[in-house]
Amino acid sequence: MMDQQELRELENRCIQEHAPFCTAACPIHVDVRGMIAAIQQGDFVGGLKILRKTMPFPGIISHICNQPCQLVCKRSEAGDAIAIADLEKACVIWGKGGEPIKALPPKPKRVAVVGGGLSGLTVAYDLARKGYRITIFEEKNILGGKLWDIPFEILPWSVTVNDLEILEELEVEILLNTPLGKVESNGRQDPLAFLCKRYDAVYLGIGADIHEIHGLLLDAQGQIKIDPVTYMTNKEGVFAGGGILNIHDLDIYAPQDISQSEMPPDKQALIEFEKQISSAVSQPPWRPAILSVMDGRRAATSIDRRLQKVSLTAARSNEGAYTTRLYTSMQGITPLPVVPTTDLIRGYSKADAIKEAQRCILCECMECVKVCEYLEHFKGYPKKYIREIYNNLSIVMGTRYSNKLVNSCSLCGLCGEICPEDLDMGRVCKEARQTMVQQKRMPPSAHDFALRDMAFSNSNKFALARNQPGTQSSQYAFFPGCQLCASSPDYVYNIYEYLREQIPHTRTQEVGLILRCCGAPADWAGRLDLFQAAQVEFMDEYERMGQPKLVLACSSCYQVFKNNFPDVEIISLWEIIDQFGLPNDLPRKSNQSNTPLAIHDPCSTRYESHIQESARNILQRLGYAFIELPLNREKTECCSYGGLMWLANPELAEKVTRRRISESPEDYVTYCAMCRDFFVRQGKPTLHLLDLIYGANPQSLAHKPGPGYSQRHENRIHLKRKILKQIWEEDMENGITYENIRLIITPEVQNQLENRLILIEDIQQVIDYAERSGKKLLNKKTNRFLAYHKPGAVTYWVEYTPEGNSYVVYKAYSHRMEIREGSNQ
Amino acid sequence: MSEYISSDDLDTWECAACGTSLVIGKVMISYLGSAYPVDLLKCPSCGLVLIPEELAMGKMLEVEKSLEDK
Repeated sequence: MMDQQELRELENRCIQEHAPFCTAACPIHVDVRGMIAAIQQGDFVGGLKILRKTMPFPGIISHICNQPCQLVCKRSEAGDAIAIADLEKACVIWGKGGEPIKALPPKPKRVAVVGGGLSGLTVAYDLARKGYRITIFEEKNILGGKLWDIPFEILPWSVTVNDLEILEELEVEILLNTPLGKVESNGRQDPLAFLCKRYDAVYLGIGADIHEIHGLLLDAQGQIKIDPVTYMTNKEGVFAGGGILNIHDLDIYAPQDISQSEMPPDKQALIEFEKQISSAVSQPPWRPAILSVMDGRRAATSIDRRLQKVSLTAARSNEGAYTTRLYTSMQGITPLPVVPTTDLIRGYSKADAIKEAQRCILCECMECVKVCEYLEHFKGYPKKYIREIYNNLSIVMGTRYSNKLVNSCSLCGLCGEICPEDLDMGRVCKEARQTMVQQKRMPPSAHDFALRDMAFSNSNKFALARNQPGTQSSQYAFFPGCQLCASSPDYVYNIYEYLREQIPHTRTQEVGLILRCCGAPADWAGRLDLFQAAQVEFMDEYERMGQPKLVLACSSCYQVFKNNFPDVEIISLWEIIDQFGLPNDLPRKSNQSNTPLAIHDPCSTRYESHIQESARNILQRLGYAFIELPLNREKTECCSYGGLMWLANPELAEKVTRRRISESPEDYVTYCAMCRDFFVRQGKPTLHLLDLIYGANPQSLAHKPGPGYSQRHENRIHLKRKILKQIWEEDMENGITYENIRLIITPEVQNQLENRLILIEDIQQVIDYAERSGKKLLNKKTNRFLAYHKPGAVTYWVEYTPEGNSYVVYKAYSHRMEIREGSNQ
Repeated sequence: MSEYISSDDLDTWECAACGTSLVIGKVMISYLGSAYPVDLLKCPSCGLVLIPEELAMGKMLEVEKSLEDK
């Protein structure tokens, strides 16, 4: 059973929710993708709102940020990187008029911010918004610090003034002309002690020039020593950042002092360019704006935590720039150059900003969802699904909304193959089903029909395990599987003949035959009990036959044996034919068309390249040209039979089938009976490899629908009867009484029965019961009888009239709710 | 659920074994541990009930599904 830790581990493998490259590279994690998505819709107000969530002074920063985000922009792999800062600027210009910035209700704590540079201003802004009472001590007569050193062509003064107005709106107390040594006019010697006494926390954003402050330790560079995570100095409650942090990575975070249009587009060139700038501004070292903001943000977080009396160090690993685990495919993305800015002062016009935003591919992963109809159908992605599945398994009371999600997966494994982190939703769903069964929470209707089909195949109506007549043990045993026997019983008979004649063998070691279901339906349904019971039955027969090597025609059987019976030797029928040649008496086919067939690999051969190879070799040997589908071999898709998707979610299954059959206009060829039947049912001409080997006129067979559910049972019974009669010269014992009841059913009614999963044998049982017990209703107007019977979990109703020694069936329906008979009130 | 008995059905059906017309009566139907009393047509003498196709494939199926997800 799946536990929480295992689910958490699986959930973490899905990278869809990881930050886009730009956001991760941004020291303050601006939601660039969210902002650009808003601009794409022409929503600049929304864009600015998103920007403000992480960026304290968008006007200033969008003008001077050196854009580490651009260096990792995926767009640069197909054209130029997105002009992110210019789009931020466009939001500032065109997004005015949104909701005013609000602060939380006032808190009684007071914080002193020494130094009105960008880091100190960020501390003041962040904490003022959280409701703290802030006082800024600035030695000059204006806030902004080094911002005023930036040429106004790059950062117009009005932008700085406008952005800083917010501090007044947030009621920050601003004391200008107040250097640290003069925080009080009485000329105290220990200004820090004074601040600490009057304020609950102090932030020092005082630049690199002031080296010694009484009571604070210095580092090797002679700067105030701070904790690298919390930015707290050696003095409790005193934090520092900004200019005192001598930066080690100037080559990447150099300031931008040149207009965007002159930026070299190439990433390597950009780095070189940054290096040149960093050497040009070496005296004094200039901490890039975005890093100063990050310093302020980090210190503000620490101060807030300290004042809230929570851990300063817990869960801070993702602060600052980092490398995201997100994967984004650039397949099919057309290269596009950056949209140039025409107005040097204002930047993009609205229209140009939208045009530039539309170049953004809004990085996300979704690799698995792109190839899987099931994953797309539930409108999420694995991380979300796994969380929902976990919740579904944990509910004690209430509705389990994710049962359908769990039961609709085909378990085909394509997502695991596609996923950059190998996350296979099939594994999750299969284990979740097992857990639901153990918890007795599996909806009884989800898999019942297939499990009853399996029980039928393993009953004496079909099951058979024999050595070749006249032998005591088998070297090989042909295991055709239940569905090929249901779809094409004649081929099974032919192959068994072929194997007995064509496989070289000695007199004592011959080719036996095992007719039964491998147990895949129980495995898919999470019914370990039924699966293990079938396993035990099989092993008994297998031992009795002398442990033959199994020749498997069905690749689902192949997976069941491979994964659950490590000691049983197996080989696929297709490998046998590839190895020992086509049947000797193969008739020459007429009308072999020159148009190629498109080969569909069954999903259960995903990692069985030897089987896939053999199938192709056989096609070639038969003289058929074929083409590959875009998703083939290890990336092949399920036909919708896998995992019992077709039963748990028929609407989705139809979409899955339709998706697969629309991938090539050519007729398909495959080597799985269910794939063939499912494709043909949705109108795709599809051939089975055995149609090409044994069919007299293969082209016509491509359109022939597979048998209905009742006929599939009949076909298995007839196959067993024929084989027993012709090979072992035995008669099969007669069936049960009701099987002799003859029915007259129109194609319309037959169709209704198929859709409602009602079998002929179900109808026979109802009529048998009604006629023997007399328990039936009479419609006085039509003179038809209506009767019901509940042979197992389902109650079947049949409307019928006797006609000679047969019965005409007009309709049948069923339900699972039980009628409490005799409940007369 | 008495809306599932049409006046048409009232005059139409009789119990073949007892030869009596069906009447409206309470019948308990249950699924997965939940039981509900429902007004259905039934034989007054032997208790044989009528569940029309519309009820089985409509409301009953809906209730079954929702109970299965509880």
